[in-house]
Amino acid sequence: MDIRLSGVSHAYGQMEVMRDITLDIPSGQIVCIVGPSGCGKSTLLRFIGGLERPDQGEVLQMGAPPEGCLNPLTYIFQDFALLPWRSVAGNVSLVLEDHGIRGTRAREIIDDVLDRTKLTDFAKALPKQLSGGMKQRVAIARALAVRPAVMLMDEPLSALDSQTRELLMDDLIALWTRTPFTAVYVTHNLAEAVRLGHSIVVLSRRPGQIREIVEIRKPLAERGFADPDLEAQQKHLWNLMRDEARAADAELLHG
Amino acid sequence: MADPGTTARRVDFRGGGFAPQSRRWVGLVVFVLLIAFAEWGTRTGFISALTLPKPSDVLETFRQLYETGLLWKHLIPSLSRLAVGAALGASVGIGVGVLIGLFSYIRAGLVPLIAAIFPIPKIALLPLFVIWFGIDEGSKYALIAFGTFTPTVVATYGAVDNVDRSLIRMGQSFGLSWRSIVLKIVLPGAMPGILSGLRISLAIAIILLVAAEMLGAEYGIGAYILEAGALYDLERLFAGVVILSLLGVLVSAAISMIERQLLGWRT
Repeated sequence: MDIRLSGVSHAYGQMEVMRDITLDIPSGQIVCIVGPSGCGKSTLLRFIGGLERPDQGEVLQMGAPPEGCLNPLTYIFQDFALLPWRSVAGNVSLVLEDHGIRGTRAREIIDDVLDRTKLTDFAKALPKQLSGGMKQRVAIARALAVRPAVMLMDEPLSALDSQTRELLMDDLIALWTRTPFTAVYVTHNLAEAVRLGHSIVVLSRRPGQIREIVEIRKPLAERGFADPDLEAQQKHLWNLMRDEARAADAELLHG
Repeated sequence: MADPGTTARRVDFRGGGFAPQSRRWVGLVVFVLLIAFAEWGTRTGFISALTLPKPSDVLETFRQLYETGLLWKHLIPSLSRLAVGAALGASVGIGVGVLIGLFSYIRAGLVPLIAAIFPIPKIALLPLFVIWFGIDEGSKYALIAFGTFTPTVVATYGAVDNVDRSLIRMGQSFGLSWRSIVLKIVLPGAMPGILSGLRISLAIAIILLVAAEMLGAEYGIGAYILEAGALYDLERLFAGVVILSLLGVLVSAAISMIERQLLGWRT
């Protein structure tokens, strides 16, 4: 299932945040969206998943979601959004219960996703006992449990320290290599974008418009930490963004 | 590196305090000291018998109360009034509070009404309740229920408002039904606020219980205290007051226990 955005524009009151965004998200690929702060990256992601409605333009699902998909458009949030009163397994089970999946069928799915995210030993732990990286792996496991057609990742690694971030990027690459998934990955971190993105959409500052789409052909599995090819791409992206980022930084909030 | 001639001075520690720690026995010690002081004062005549009864006499009165079986005769009607009234008020209060938290129209309609009812001293309405619900238990239940209702409503809708919106967003993004979001996200998320509201509501319920019993009851702790007061029997008055204090401590301990059971997930 592909996602197509056509002519999406949006304003919050007087403030125009996004102008005429047209973009295709092909299935099986990770599309990263980068841009200076306040350019509407996260808003765009909320449009794609239907948590907010754009003023103009539309977001289309092209084709039917694959069979067995419980929640085609599934988010992974920056703040993990785990229920603190439910165990790791309980947090995964939460999203299955509404689809009538309980008992042994739920057990199988939960075991499988916890195994894929290396959390099997922590099934009974409460979120307060977990580190930030583990919490985000629980959120990833929860997302995998509903077999999404598209994963919508809103700065998923931004709340983590840089070492945990590296580890989780490796985990994400391993997950994708095992079963390629479609994802829209919003980040302000260019290193993450070049590591994980098949294509990187660079947005301008407010009102957000697409400035450039950078394709990275190197297979995900071959990209490593401090890769010289990626460094060059990252430098290119930074050159595109630097002036805008500086201008965005100097802007007053709320007009 | 500093040269060998410089003097070394240890950095002063200045980071202490402002972190509450559990000191279990201090509370008890304060109680014991106060009572011991009263006992000493009344024995030596430093405190006149008119101002304060001897704690040992109060204990003796309490023992008699227990042995004659009068204790239960007063305590059981009081406890049942408290249980029925508070359960009624708290459950309706939680229900209405959740509805206010969830629906804008109900909020707009009821919040001003609750604000108008809250400051009314409920005891002033007792004559009205007697007409509405009868002179017997009905009016006492109603008074206690009404008194617990308002603080419970206010605490509950505040707690619902404070539920982490990002968790609700998460529920919506996974396509959870409205019912599931309310039952599995909103209610557990509001539980800490609801329970701390109950602490206050139940203390108010005890106060109203006594007030209701003072105005018209044959048996009950309130009636017992009123009678003792009328006769200026300080020992019995204090025995009654001690029962009320113990009741308050017990209720508070029960809520702490529920909190430990239900809210173990809190950091």
